Amino acid sequence: MTTQRQGRVLALAASLLVLATSNALAYNVFVSNEKDNTVSVIDSETLEVVHTIKTGNRPRGIILGNDGKWVIVSVSDDHKLQVFDTKTFEFIKDLPSGPDPELPILHTSGNPLYVSNEDDNLVTVVDIFKGIIVTDVPVGVEPEGMGMSPDGKILVNTSETTNMAHFIDAHTYKSIDNVLVDNRPRVAEFTPDGSQVWVSAEIGGTVTVIDTATRKVLGKINFEIQGITKDAIQPVGVRITRDGKTAFVALGPANRVAVVDVATRKVLKYLLVGQRVWNLGFTPDERLLFTTNGTSNDVSVIDVAAQKVIKSIKVGRYPWGVVVAPPRADAN
Amino acid sequence: MQVSTGSAPRPARSVARRPRVPFLRGIRLLSASLLLTFPALALPAGAQDGAPAPAAQPAAPDATAAAEETFLKIPILMAREIREGRLPPLSLLDIPPPDDGVAGAKLAISDNNTTGRFLKQTFTLDVVQSAVPEDLVAEIKKRVGEGLPYVVADVSADTLLKIADAIKDTDAVVFNTSAPDEVLREEQCRVNVKHTAPSRSMLTDAIGQYMAWKQWRKWALVIGPTPEDKLYADAVRRTAKRFGHKIVEERTFDYDPGSRRADGGFEQVQQQIPSFMQGLPDHDVVVVADEGELFGEYFPYRTWIPRPVIGTAGLVATPWHPAIELWGGTQFQNRFKRLAGRTMRPLDYNVWVAVRSVGEAATRTNTNDPKVLIPYMRSAEFELAAFKGQKVTYRAWNGQLRQPILVATAKMLVSVSPQPGFLHQVTELDTLGVDQPETKCTAFKK
Repeated sequence: MTTQRQGRVLALAASLLVLATSNALAYNVFVSNEKDNTVSVIDSETLEVVHTIKTGNRPRGIILGNDGKWVIVSVSDDHKLQVFDTKTFEFIKDLPSGPDPELPILHTSGNPLYVSNEDDNLVTVVDIFKGIIVTDVPVGVEPEGMGMSPDGKILVNTSETTNMAHFIDAHTYKSIDNVLVDNRPRVAEFTPDGSQVWVSAEIGGTVTVIDTATRKVLGKINFEIQGITKDAIQPVGVRITRDGKTAFVALGPANRVAVVDVATRKVLKYLLVGQRVWNLGFTPDERLLFTTNGTSNDVSVIDVAAQKVIKSIKVGRYPWGVVVAPPRADAN
Repeated sequence: MQVSTGSAPRPARSVARRPRVPFLRGIRLLSASLLLTFPALALPAGAQDGAPAPAAQPAAPDATAAAEETFLKIPILMAREIREGRLPPLSLLDIPPPDDGVAGAKLAISDNNTTGRFLKQTFTLDVVQSAVPEDLVAEIKKRVGEGLPYVVADVSADTLLKIADAIKDTDAVVFNTSAPDEVLREEQCRVNVKHTAPSRSMLTDAIGQYMAWKQWRKWALVIGPTPEDKLYADAVRRTAKRFGHKIVEERTFDYDPGSRRADGGFEQVQQQIPSFMQGLPDHDVVVVADEGELFGEYFPYRTWIPRPVIGTAGLVATPWHPAIELWGGTQFQNRFKRLAGRTMRPLDYNVWVAVRSVGEAATRTNTNDPKVLIPYMRSAEFELAAFKGQKVTYRAWNGQLRQPILVATAKMLVSVSPQPGFLHQVTELDTLGVDQPETKCTAFKK
């Protein structure tokens, strides 16, 4: 009897503990579905789609704004951005952009927003609160990736046909430098200490590591996977853990995410995910990493510590971008 | 001979400097200095507190302000052979625009210059054209001697060889953008020629692989009367053998095209095609070999039994299609439409790839020296992003561009070859066309 009661108490305690844990760790994961004109919302604990937000046409780049209260998504074919509430999932407002906006990024201070417009060789600077275009910055052909230095001083924009990473002063919009990288650069990601920028080159099949201060190329990361031809290895999304130790690189139609040691730039492991993996998003606690798998219409969930794929979740058609919102201070 | 130069490649602005000869018989030189300028579009406006204030400077150096002499000049010469004997295609939709190919060159010059403004390189385009191959060859030889080593040719196979041989002792390269002839890549290959146009066998293999995927293996082959049609039929036979298809019967469509247009015509065609197709052994598809597009379009929906048409009509293989939006193609198509006021055709694409190849080599080597640039394009390091979802490169053994080939109808993309499952030890792209072990090209082995 005692044992039984103890057992019951333990079970109750355990379930409370699970409940408490899940409360602490339940994030909303937002995935833009390029073909479906929707954003799927996934609960990071149950790993199930809990809601689908209807968006404008061709949602692609997706970020958070207004201290995590907003999710901002580029709706490329409508030539604007849309803002939704991360808690109620309701539409809040439109933000202007240039033609065919692709990847937005926020200034470290929370405003303005910089968005690459793939169709006009410009980066548009948008005030997200006033909802106005502050200025346009001319860049290379087909601007794509956007990176922001942790100190908020440097903006890095990649252009797909110019094959360069453009270093731009985030305050004056003056060109600092233009660094040649491999063919069709996609994503530019700063290391957390701001000392390096990692630029993926989709067609070149490499990640170029650039020293932020000197703009010298420190090295190039190549990927080799048994049984996969070089042509299929097409790096796109890059995410680096907050401790600056581990990078995750999505390899497109190679259907793998590479785990790279940042210090040595050596590939530690390849994780098999869904088809044509493009973008990556950590949970705020960096326990999980979500990947968008375009042609298999799903999202793979990677356990970051274990470096293992733990689940795949069906979302809309052609999932493109992903961002995970932290729990809100105003949540009850 | 008519010679003209001007800042815009428009015949209307041509200035005759030499004794006049009939328009198409002479050579026209059109110089298009397509150095683009990028105005700063900064608009002052208030920013949120703590956010960076906008400034009016552009992020890029201003190309207009750049002193000419500080820029490395890289001139591209485009050579067009006016094929007077060529009949217009059947469909009004397929009649080539006057700037077919040239518009592709202009877009590539503009793309090259966008990168060039960061690297202080400026690309320009000169166009020479003639209906007389000898005149064209002589003019190209002269221009190459004057320092235009990058020749982009839209010419026949014979003229291409003449050009290649005329400049073989100089550091120059010729891009073949339109001749699909296998012989140019095989027995008659030249070290100074690069082929951005796919070979016939690449095109027929692209369709053949898709047919293998569909398991539509029994083919009835209809061959037109021209030498090109016979060469296309040769390529079809080779593809059929390579991928295990069976040609159940071949028929030659002897046809006098007459005038392209007549008021009426369908009444007779509706009768002629089914009777021509009567009595064939059982087949899955009809393969039409009609490179001039003079009768092939008569076949879909008019066959004796209901069968799809493939080859040069119906389902075709092509390096480019105006409706593809894959691989970032939308922006590429839009840029072209803004520049040319029409959709991009396969020849425009082939020319774009050629001019971009020079641009890419100049970007990577940071020189305009053909002694460095041309070997770089031949090296294993060279690769180009060309809106094909993977890098395109040149085959080291014969200078042929390897690239995915689109399998499409007139309106839409149907598939992209190589098809899944066609494996290769080097690159799956080499499952299309003649591969290295079987090549008859020896010039590159030296």
